[in-house]
Amino acid sequence: MDIYKVFKQVGIRQVAYVPDAGHTQLIKSCHADKHMRAISLTTEEEGVAMLAGAWLGGDRGALLMQSSGVGNCINMLGTIRECRFPLLTLVTMRGEWGEFNPWQLPMGQSTPRVLEDIGMVVERVDDKSLIGETVFACAQMAFHTNRAVAVLIGQRVVGFKDWSK
Amino acid sequence: MANKSTLDRRVAVKAILGERGDSLLVTGLGSSCYDAGTLDHPLTYYLWGGMGGAAMIGVGLALAQPKRRVLVITGDGEMLMGLGSLATIGAEKIRNLSIVVIDNELYSETGMQPTHTSRGVDLAGVAKAAGFATTGTIATLPQLKTWIPQLYNTPGPLFLDIKVNANRYPLSIRLRDGAHIKNRFRESLLGAKAFE
Repeated sequence: MDIYKVFKQVGIRQVAYVPDAGHTQLIKSCHADKHMRAISLTTEEEGVAMLAGAWLGGDRGALLMQSSGVGNCINMLGTIRECRFPLLTLVTMRGEWGEFNPWQLPMGQSTPRVLEDIGMVVERVDDKSLIGETVFACAQMAFHTNRAVAVLIGQRVVGFKDWSK
Repeated sequence: MANKSTLDRRVAVKAILGERGDSLLVTGLGSSCYDAGTLDHPLTYYLWGGMGGAAMIGVGLALAQPKRRVLVITGDGEMLMGLGSLATIGAEKIRNLSIVVIDNELYSETGMQPTHTSRGVDLAGVAKAAGFATTGTIATLPQLKTWIPQLYNTPGPLFLDIKVNANRYPLSIRLRDGAHIKNRFRESLLGAKAFE
């Protein structure tokens, strides 16, 4: 089950993103869908605020970003927690398995911890075959319990650049 | 003080909200939240934190409710923290969104320190360059009165910077529980569907 099909199944209408290579196909599919609005952001925290507004208006949304964007969101995630907004975010990981760029390590390695510290439920998936059902399960939890839930998609799944070439 | 406007923020906000009809309101935090609180309404979402997020909350709400006008009323400091969102709104051309900045050129919650707008930064100019359909900067009540119909009717995105004087008011609103503000708004807008 791919992520786009899960989005359709759970009724996602707004998709906010800062691009990551790992989300390329999903972003294309969302832009092509007449019943979805895919919005490119200048920084990830815009997406947190946007999806709060979406929920106020009765829409479900999802935020796509790379792990380096997580740090840009922390204070806005405090608003999500205080208001008990549901939030579904899919985070493609950098700074771990096979990473070649040392600058990615600090945020990548801190990502699960800082998300948990600001009150998010964090699920991690490292097996490609389990991504769809994990996103589905997290969407259900987010939208039915009014909680912020992050799905971390491991760099092992997304793939990494081979620096030896 | 660099700002010479004689317009009072409460007078400006009262004039705007007196014509709100069925529109939906998102406030910034601090004084713009308290201003709107003097005219409380269940379809007002008061922001008490998340500085820099007001305009983008307006975007998500406007996309979810395309038949309603969405108004964001925020301060210059809050808008400066979310300048990137003006680029996003300009690029996306959100038709039913108006952003109003109550611009006293000061961070009034933290000791009246000057903001960048006191030193020449033109927020309406930024919005125009970002692609907003209609933009303006005003400093008087008669000017505001000619703008009010546009705030609710002109195809957006619209951006209006209202220069106001440095008057401060005591906290007018006691309502600050975030979950309550959110749930009240949703129940008023969506009825029973808010809790499905």
